[in-house]
Amino acid sequence: MQSSIVDAETIRNDFPIFKIKFNGKSLAYLDNAATSQKPKQVINALVEFYEMYNSNIHRGVYSISEKATEAYENSREATAKFIGCQDPSQVIFTRNTTESINLVAYTWGSKNIRKGSKIVLTMLEHHSNMVPWQELAREKGAEIQYVGIMEDGTLDMASFDEKVRDADLFAFTHVSNVLGTINDAKNLISRAHKEGAIVLLDGAQSAPHMPVNVSELDCDFFAFSAHKMLGPTGVGILYGRRKLLEEMPPFIMGGDMISEVHIEGAKWNELPWKFEGGTSNIADVIAFREAIMYLERIGMNNVRVHEENLTKYALDRLDRVKGVKIYGPRDTSVRGGVIPFVMENVHPHDVAAILDGEAVAVRSGNHCAQPLHESFDLDATTRASFYIYNTEEDVDRLVKGLEKVRRLMVK
Amino acid sequence: MSEDIYKEIILDHYKNPHNFGKLQNPDFKASDTNPLCGDHVEIQVKLNNGRVSDVKFIGRGCAISQASASLLTDLIIGKSIEELQKFDKEQLLEAMGNPDLGPVRIKCALLSLKTLKLGLYSYLSKNNG
Repeated sequence: MQSSIVDAETIRNDFPIFKIKFNGKSLAYLDNAATSQKPKQVINALVEFYEMYNSNIHRGVYSISEKATEAYENSREATAKFIGCQDPSQVIFTRNTTESINLVAYTWGSKNIRKGSKIVLTMLEHHSNMVPWQELAREKGAEIQYVGIMEDGTLDMASFDEKVRDADLFAFTHVSNVLGTINDAKNLISRAHKEGAIVLLDGAQSAPHMPVNVSELDCDFFAFSAHKMLGPTGVGILYGRRKLLEEMPPFIMGGDMISEVHIEGAKWNELPWKFEGGTSNIADVIAFREAIMYLERIGMNNVRVHEENLTKYALDRLDRVKGVKIYGPRDTSVRGGVIPFVMENVHPHDVAAILDGEAVAVRSGNHCAQPLHESFDLDATTRASFYIYNTEEDVDRLVKGLEKVRRLMVK
Repeated sequence: MSEDIYKEIILDHYKNPHNFGKLQNPDFKASDTNPLCGDHVEIQVKLNNGRVSDVKFIGRGCAISQASASLLTDLIIGKSIEELQKFDKEQLLEAMGNPDLGPVRIKCALLSLKTLKLGLYSYLSKNNG
């Protein structure tokens, strides 16, 4: 049942890491929820910048600085277009999703959340969409409510209806990094808006894997990271509704985020530069555009179909490995390419370490979602997660590796 | 890090841990956790004439942490307090077959020894104070 939509074999040729042998084997990279591999187009763009036009942006009046500025702003335009945002000035570059969420917590949050305010999160959240709000709530005396989940890892809608009432902020993940659950974001956002809430959508696990359109979703903030979608590390993105961004105070104070500075004080720069204090991660932002173009050539619908096919195949194969228990939704139409599992009587770290000997890279631990693991009464899980370059052969190698784990570790 | 760390001796002790359980009246005990794997180990020691007359452990976690605890209990039976104080990580790792653990998993291997030393030093400070 090889997916004909995306030719993963051809795609793999663009990724230098898949030419390297580990213990004599090519890499079966199944930790894409943590970070993706990078195609040569992205790596070349980094090298080209540093070799050909390395310079600072926005101020130089010499040609390579103008070229760097143009490339940097082109990347912003491509990013805006990629998420269905008409106005690139609503796209702010940060370091990662975590910083994007912190930016909102420290600026919009500190201005708008006060004693008695209600912040609603879900049990599916990554620590990065939990801890900033916990700190904000503690500081301001606001309350936090968590929307519960069902046994299959989908949101408990009765719990949502109850918790979202009179919420001031609803911050939730589009796709769970642990269970793969795809939330019905459009519906949830619209219902939260009816309660008067501002909505932040954590897109770290959705933007890389499926079509996302912030205008259609109608979220107020959308946060994601370049490195999970073929781009370099060190680039996060925050999309925000223009009116909200304009009302928010700056986050990082310094150069580039001001329009005028006098002894008495400063005037803030306009959007989006108000939020990009200091020299930006120029090279990585520029190279990120190559990642977007790469994904657009494949088509995000095709990316999603490829991953859904692979997830179906993997669920079916893993189900037949003795002692393996899989968590998360069984319906792949509401599940991204993320599969957490435990092997009976074997610790997840041992599973991952033994698979590593077979050059199969999976993650083990609580995947920065300790409360979610606790709700399933688990310390840790092993997680396989897919991307465009993964093949059924990668899944077969995972399954074969798990059979070895069983032989080695189970009495 | 690879399957090479799962040496025969580690797998044996993991699957069939020695001295697993609890003592009635230990002279000292201690427990500790390794946040990476969520490994947990509790060690209980009974002394007689200044020597370890019995030792037991309970715990859960990865194979490296649990095998290390099992091996450690075998190694310290009959040792004097002075010998316990001198017992170091090289001795424990050697008994484990010197697996090629990276900087991350070495913490799993040394959790049992760390726990033993915690209990020992708290016992010594109480009995000398």
